[in-house]
Amino acid sequence: MKGKTLRMLIAVAFTLVPALAFAQQLPIQVENVWSRTAAAGGNGVVYLTVTDAGAPDRLTGVASPVASAVEFHESLNDNGVRKMRAVASLPVEPGKKLTLSPGGYHIMLIGLKQALKAGTSFPVTLNFERAGQITATATVRQTVGGATMEHSHMDMPGMDMH
Amino acid sequence: MSTSTDHESGSKRPRLIVALAGLVLALLLLGAGGFMWLSGDTAGPSIGGPFTLEDGNGRTVTDRDLHGKYVLVYFGYTFCPDVCPTTLAAVSDALDKLGAKADQLQPVFITVDPKRDTAATVRQFTASFTPRLIGLTGTPEQIAAVAREYRVYYAEHRTGPGPNDYSMDHSSMLYLMGPDGRFIAPINAEQSGEQIAAAIRKLTS
Repeated sequence: MKGKTLRMLIAVAFTLVPALAFAQQLPIQVENVWSRTAAAGGNGVVYLTVTDAGAPDRLTGVASPVASAVEFHESLNDNGVRKMRAVASLPVEPGKKLTLSPGGYHIMLIGLKQALKAGTSFPVTLNFERAGQITATATVRQTVGGATMEHSHMDMPGMDMH
Repeated sequence: MSTSTDHESGSKRPRLIVALAGLVLALLLLGAGGFMWLSGDTAGPSIGGPFTLEDGNGRTVTDRDLHGKYVLVYFGYTFCPDVCPTTLAAVSDALDKLGAKADQLQPVFITVDPKRDTAATVRQFTASFTPRLIGLTGTPEQIAAVAREYRVYYAEHRTGPGPNDYSMDHSSMLYLMGPDGRFIAPINAEQSGEQIAAAIRKLTS
């Protein structure tokens, strides 16, 4: 009687262990989530990296309690003229990093309900078409330079009138 | 034979002197012209010029108030979350890298979004980078005038029906001006602070 229960427990444990291991190794990983200091009422930004070890997916939405509206945006460089355009969704491909970084894709926090102060953090919820919702924590960094922007291939931009 | 040669060379000598004098004069004129051209005295594409704007504290600032120091000008807007803060953070980093040399440099941010960027908004924005950064705004006409002088392109891009639903398309470039207010050179705004500092060091040495 006792032996049977023990064996059952061991059997349950053995089935649970792989399941737990699987749960810890989510195919989608959201890392390096950071933001910049910004004033209340203004706009803010979130940068992050998404890696996908599973099937192709798509980032379809984003939300955060710190802003009135949150959107995906892309900063474009049109011959030295910087333009920012909303992007409805972003493709997430297995084995390929999706990087949201200065000067390229980014999450725009429109109408900040609070000031974003250095060292603080706030939640950002990402909606994936397949993987569902993933909530990450964005850390606010002091606005310091050093980061080279993407798409920085400029010749003599800004000089020509359009 | 010999006398005729003497006679001939005697008549040639003054002509040679005249030719040489002419050549020297031509070179001098060429040199002076070249100097004037290089120092920008001749008409040509100029960047920068007089302006009257308002700083974050509501004080009037003109181009003359900035004379005496090198000036690093950037045009952007405070509602820009990505490119402008990245550039201004790099500028702030460049100032740190320049050390004592940075005392001779005044960074200036001029908004291309005068409708939303009030003096208070500009002050809050520039304060998050470095206290050394002067933020300037003005009437739409004043901004249009200074942007024209710096050949800065800017335009509203509507994103919704609301009055504030827009982003600004704008030239992203740093302008290095001399202590006399004259344009020295453009500096790529999309570089690291170290790269911007190196460019400034090279252009001001």
